[in-house]
Amino acid sequence: MKFSLEHLKRYLKTDKSPQELAEKMTMLGLEVEEIVDLSSSLKGFIVGEIVAVEQHPNADRLHVLRVFDGVQNLQIVCGAPNVRVGLKSILALPGCLIPKFNEKLQVGKIRGVDSNGMMCAEDELLIGEDHTGIIELKTDLPAGTPAADALKADVIFDVNVTPNRPDCFGVKGIARDLAAADMGEFLDIPVPSIKGTYKSPITVSIQDETCPIYTGRYIKNVKNGESPEWMKKALIAAGLRPISALVDITNYLNISECRPLHVFDADKLTGNITVRPAQEGEKIQALDDKEYTLSSDVCVIADDKKAQCMAGIMGGVDTAVSKDTQNVFLESAYFIPAKIAKAGSLTGALSDSRSRYERGIDPASCEDDNTRATQMILDLCGGEASEIVVAGKVPDCTPIIPFNWGEVKRLTGMEIPQDKMEQILTKLGFKVKGNMVKVPSWRYHDVSLPADLVEEIVRVYGLDTLPDSPMRAESLPIGTLLPNQKREVAVRRALAGRGLNQAITWSFMDSKLAKYFGSKGIRISNPISSDLDEMRPSLVGNLLSAVKRNQDTGCQDVQLFEVGPEFFKDTPDGQKLVACAVRAGAYLPKSWNGENRFVDVFDAKQDAITALMAADAPESLTVYNNAPTWYHPGRSGSLQLGKNILAVFGEIHPKVLKAFDIKTPVVACEVYLDALPLVKKRENKMQKILKKSPYQAVTRDFAFVMDKKVEAQKLLTTIQNVDKNLIQSVSVFDVYQGEHLPEGKKQIAVQVVIQSMEKTLTDPEIEALSQQILNFVQKNTGAELRK
Amino acid sequence: MQEKLSEIKTSVLPAVEKATNLAELDAVRVGVVGKNGTLTAMMKEMGSLSVEEKKTFGAAINAVKTEVMKAIEDKKIALEDAELNQKLQSESVDVSLPCRPQNIGRIHPITQATEEALTIFAQMGFDLAEGPDIEDDWHNFEALNLPKEHPARQMQATFFFDNKNMLRTQTSGVQIRTMENKKPPIRIVCPGRTYRRDYDATHTPMFHQIEGLVIDEKTNLANLKAVLVEFFKLFFETDDVKVRFRPSYFPFTEPSYEMDLGGVMARNIGKEWLELLGCGIVDPRVLKNCGLDPEKYQGFAFGIGLDRLAMMKYGIKDLRQMFEADMKWIKHYGFLPLDIPTVTSGLSLNGGKK
Repeated sequence: MKFSLEHLKRYLKTDKSPQELAEKMTMLGLEVEEIVDLSSSLKGFIVGEIVAVEQHPNADRLHVLRVFDGVQNLQIVCGAPNVRVGLKSILALPGCLIPKFNEKLQVGKIRGVDSNGMMCAEDELLIGEDHTGIIELKTDLPAGTPAADALKADVIFDVNVTPNRPDCFGVKGIARDLAAADMGEFLDIPVPSIKGTYKSPITVSIQDETCPIYTGRYIKNVKNGESPEWMKKALIAAGLRPISALVDITNYLNISECRPLHVFDADKLTGNITVRPAQEGEKIQALDDKEYTLSSDVCVIADDKKAQCMAGIMGGVDTAVSKDTQNVFLESAYFIPAKIAKAGSLTGALSDSRSRYERGIDPASCEDDNTRATQMILDLCGGEASEIVVAGKVPDCTPIIPFNWGEVKRLTGMEIPQDKMEQILTKLGFKVKGNMVKVPSWRYHDVSLPADLVEEIVRVYGLDTLPDSPMRAESLPIGTLLPNQKREVAVRRALAGRGLNQAITWSFMDSKLAKYFGSKGIRISNPISSDLDEMRPSLVGNLLSAVKRNQDTGCQDVQLFEVGPEFFKDTPDGQKLVACAVRAGAYLPKSWNGENRFVDVFDAKQDAITALMAADAPESLTVYNNAPTWYHPGRSGSLQLGKNILAVFGEIHPKVLKAFDIKTPVVACEVYLDALPLVKKRENKMQKILKKSPYQAVTRDFAFVMDKKVEAQKLLTTIQNVDKNLIQSVSVFDVYQGEHLPEGKKQIAVQVVIQSMEKTLTDPEIEALSQQILNFVQKNTGAELRK
Repeated sequence: MQEKLSEIKTSVLPAVEKATNLAELDAVRVGVVGKNGTLTAMMKEMGSLSVEEKKTFGAAINAVKTEVMKAIEDKKIALEDAELNQKLQSESVDVSLPCRPQNIGRIHPITQATEEALTIFAQMGFDLAEGPDIEDDWHNFEALNLPKEHPARQMQATFFFDNKNMLRTQTSGVQIRTMENKKPPIRIVCPGRTYRRDYDATHTPMFHQIEGLVIDEKTNLANLKAVLVEFFKLFFETDDVKVRFRPSYFPFTEPSYEMDLGGVMARNIGKEWLELLGCGIVDPRVLKNCGLDPEKYQGFAFGIGLDRLAMMKYGIKDLRQMFEADMKWIKHYGFLPLDIPTVTSGLSLNGGKK
């Protein structure tokens, strides 16, 4: 909401500076976003009077002027067509900062003639848009007078009004707040008394509960002309364009009193006014030159023929006033905010009127403001007013709140004397009687509970005396994080420890790419752009996009991870927490002594296992060959606890890589943190006693030849199960397939560590165990010892 | 005999000294104490001597032998050292060559800032609460005193799935979920992803907030002020913190404030005050919506933009880059894996590339 200081002063008698007023507005909750002080940008500019005009010797369109600056005559070259002797305009002297160009004026030669200043047009000073000629001052002020005085430069405030304060969408409301905060005296403009001389030929009936009260007045024989300078200035300061007196009056009262009004050209109306729901499909050509098709949720102001105005939102073209208008019908009504909000969002029409009505204007002052507007029309356009027409009645809008004055102390901790509190409320328009506080009708939409009164008091009183009351934990918790939250922290740190860099990517992605990751079709109905239109079904997609972006900007080898939600339903229970790691390109930077290879499935598997370990998952997991479709079917797997899939890993399917236009190998893993078994209770952290054998350990190596299809996991488990007491560990130290082996066979070499808790094993005992291993392995896997 | 002994000594000791390798040295040793060595021979000759003479000469021979053997031993060590040194010299490598490469990962600054904030709030006795990214109308709006058609809903450009479900525009829904499930006293913070339909230099469609909520029978605005002032002092690791509360409007608090931060963090970017967060006393309507008696219970709530905090603290200029997963960016602004904020060890080391 923009308004000028001059406008504010019509409602507030004050000697405070614009800065003081702005500071106070901000501290009252009316945040001043900008103050534009036109006089400060006019510093150095003065009134200059043209005393001579000559044609420029070298240019047809230029003149050489002699301009009196109050002391001497300056030679100035000027291109404006309206130069003439005796004209007073704004003169910029060398050194002045020209606002439009943000550049300092220099003494210079223009087409070979010295020019010692510049005569200014409105646009160059940013005080208007006119650039047809230099400013023509109609003033008696002598040359040399500061331009700010000659132009009556004003200060413009731009205030961010919060939605709960519709009353401050009028300058009057802002003035009232400032007065309550001791910034001056509130000047209420009294309601004039107008006795209509005749009955309005147009009557009003209400058939829609959107409108509790509607007032109208017929004014005949008006003459619609230009509105006076002061009103135009107020409108321009507010960012509005002056149009004609009739329109300007309604706009002026809108920004002054937060009172949306409408003026119909009465001669274009047929019959009487009915406030009614629109008929389904009823059309209206509105003042913004758009045609709206309405539904019964939109309330309209109709004449006997059709809808002529979308109630509270926008008038229609057909009954708009023009410069030829002679008779008008003036509307001042109240509409229910929620209804206007709904109609507004259905029609999509934007207007200053809608934004006020949907926040809630004063329901009680329709009649008074109708009279104010009528008086202004009579003053500026002449004419003769009818008696007022009133349909409906003012709704009950001045609730009385029983108020315990101790509430302020209870909720804020701040002590304020009661007489001060009463004074603040009274100045804001509340009526205080003992413990009863009556809310003024213009605050009806915002204030209804004691807490609301506390806010009003504290807002005006300020927080300068608010004490600091430290709030220490009464007993420190053992940990702020719940076990599953701690897991998330640990997983992130562990993956970073594996050389992966943490990314945070959007929770949404491109639906065209989501289909590669088992899309659940969770589309956002109003996405920010078409490539961010679906909630991600997997974290892999966004990280692959990141791989591509990194590779395109010269980083071929990418190691990224993210811990965040993936989505499977569009409801609050439709997400799960996943840790996802992605590696692309070489495993490590190329180096003279490094492991120069591309990433492979075992890197991804290790990432998954590292994350699971960090989350304290059970160690004995089974590997299955059933990763989702976005992985390479032969080079991927899952880690499961029974049927519960804790993680999947693998190389990314080449088709998916193609869709992302990635040319290097990429591996990934996804760890489903929500699927992990719950962490055991904190109070039960006792471990089993560690038992170490004092006896010698023996290692035995075996090389088994077996079918390619047999999984190493099966071989290892089989050996482990031969004797869980004696076999301490089994590890694979070689895998071979190819030459010297029969077709379809592979060789796996394992090392077995054997150790007893009870004694040093003898050779025959070790030999017997070895034989048992061979037998078990042969039986369970078909593997033979390599000959 | 005596003469012979001193002759052996004077001839052998220089020979020991002159030996250039272990073989030469051993030859000298054999020449003296070997089977046919000069001293060995003299020992043999002692058989013909009287007991008295044996005593005298035995002692003299042993003395020479000890001296010679010591010289040989010393020389041996010297030669061995020289040989080892030579071997080590030949084994030298260029230690200025780079090490075997390893990848070192980094933690995202938003995560680091979140963990720092949680650490501070933990000290003040706040628990961590979480809630879903997809919220229903009740938790994101209605229960927060934002009924349908409320103009304040327009302030929060919302992503919708249908009439009922949406991406949460604020973490405040977690307040409702907490109060619905737990009786006061409540003291929680809730960090998380939030979403609004905005995308420009200073807005991203997804961003992070941390929400705080305290509900009990006495907590008031003065407590809120103290908590926030202390938080910012600890978080920015400076005592040069000023705060200013500007009245504002949020449907879920009454009175509502926006807090501006002054002091060194604001001066760093050439401002007197920085708009940083919204807060207030929980609106009685919200308490009622959660089944709590507003005459018995009271408290405050606040919401802080975590991305903004991280940017301010770590000098990050562009918000949008935080979500681009750029390796160079993460390595530049990220934190080492074990740089974990804790109550005992403080917040973080410096982070970022050195």
